[in-house]
Amino acid sequence: MNVLIDNSGLFVTGFKNTGILFVISAFFALVLGTVVAGMRVSPAPAMRGAGTLYVNAVRNTPLTLILAFFALGYPKLGLPEIGFMNAAIVGLSLYTATYVSEAIRSGINTVAVGQSEAARAIGLPFMQTLTLIVLPQAFRSVLPPLFSVFIALLKNTTVAAGFSVFEAGAIRAYLSERGEPLLPGLLWVAVIFVVLVLGILTPLQRYLEKKWRVAR
Amino acid sequence: MSSVLFDVPGPKARTRNVYLNVATVIVVAAIIGFILYRFNESGQFTAKKWEIFTFPRVQQMFLTVIGATLKAFAVAAVGSLVLGILLAFGRLADSRWVSVPCYWFTELFRAVPLLILMMIMYYGLPSAGVKGITPFIAVVVGLILYNGSVLAEVFRAGIESLPKGQREAGLAVGLSKGQVQRIILLPQAVRSMLPVIISQLVVILKDTALGFLITYNEVLYYANFLGSQGQYGSPVVPALMVTAVIYVGLCLILSGIAKLVESRMSSRVRVVKTRVGLAG
Repeated sequence: MNVLIDNSGLFVTGFKNTGILFVISAFFALVLGTVVAGMRVSPAPAMRGAGTLYVNAVRNTPLTLILAFFALGYPKLGLPEIGFMNAAIVGLSLYTATYVSEAIRSGINTVAVGQSEAARAIGLPFMQTLTLIVLPQAFRSVLPPLFSVFIALLKNTTVAAGFSVFEAGAIRAYLSERGEPLLPGLLWVAVIFVVLVLGILTPLQRYLEKKWRVAR
Repeated sequence: MSSVLFDVPGPKARTRNVYLNVATVIVVAAIIGFILYRFNESGQFTAKKWEIFTFPRVQQMFLTVIGATLKAFAVAAVGSLVLGILLAFGRLADSRWVSVPCYWFTELFRAVPLLILMMIMYYGLPSAGVKGITPFIAVVVGLILYNGSVLAEVFRAGIESLPKGQREAGLAVGLSKGQVQRIILLPQAVRSMLPVIISQLVVILKDTALGFLITYNEVLYYANFLGSQGQYGSPVVPALMVTAVIYVGLCLILSGIAKLVESRMSSRVRVVKTRVGLAG
């Protein structure tokens, strides 16, 4: 307990930055992932191909390597400086977007073809079929996988600590600089993550699932 | 082709799709072109930055570090599968003294970030007096604890999705509970969950790269070392490109092998079905 109280400043700043990384990356990953999912179910083969290429290439690359590229490789390209925090956000968003897109795509595929055929039969145009019939059903069925993706993102933010971002994963380095005991410090970091995942995100998922349950 | 979103295209939709195709090709080409242009402008393709990769010594080292990555992956994969099976059966055990600890074990280790687990192993334990923790042990144990817990849930879901009759029939013909689990439930659960298990194995392979952050000498660690060689023009970007090719290649090979195994396994089911009397 002493480690936590004596270094509360470290823990607060660390987890604050973890939160910032998480929220901003989750937002961009959701937007980009939805676009890519849209591309992968689109009727144009080139769009499907581009989406598939992106997802397969990025999903088979370790996150550590992607973050290494944006933190270490990008500054060598002579483009405007973006800083380590933004580099981590770009890397996390690009990586997580592939998982978001797979979740949403599988959700769209679970909607029965008859649903949109019925919608077209009663004369709804494409946009209304999409927004009133298909997406509401798809979104409900992807809620659990989407939450797993975001829980994974929250945990993945710790990797950014290896690339000069001061967040929860970096608390260890600062504790060791101050000569504090490392094991209790690291266990506290682990405990806080357990609370965030099991205490906040998982109950939120259960609540939303219950609220939006589909009666079939 | 009719999907849930689109009807079979008519003449109007077909011309629109042609425009969409052209637009996509232009945008993708522009993005790739810009990246290549930037790489070229900042001299990433100059001979000086690639020279280091032509040395036999460096190429040998690449083989060594690929070996290190594969070794961590192999040990972690086997360990995770074993731990996953044990935890899954633990959670399904009748005794609460077994099932409740197994439940908390899987929940806790899935909630802690893998990197933090590895740090606890590599930095935390030695500072508390535990000796002999090498980066390899830290990476492998971290991977096993995390992925074992994930796989436990996968196996459990697979077993619970089986029809109840399978278990009952096994018990009815006089198999013990352990035998029912081992020779009736587990093989079927593994088969039905194979795609998920395989994608988790790819995750393990990718996560070995976290070893880079706790000084395990694997591919990314070595690439970072090469990138810092000033006398060869600090080839950070070429080194990362080589690393990316290695990882994507390894993952694709693993997925390929997995697909092969999957198709062979599903064909074996049919054979077994035709001579049920001999099975077991």
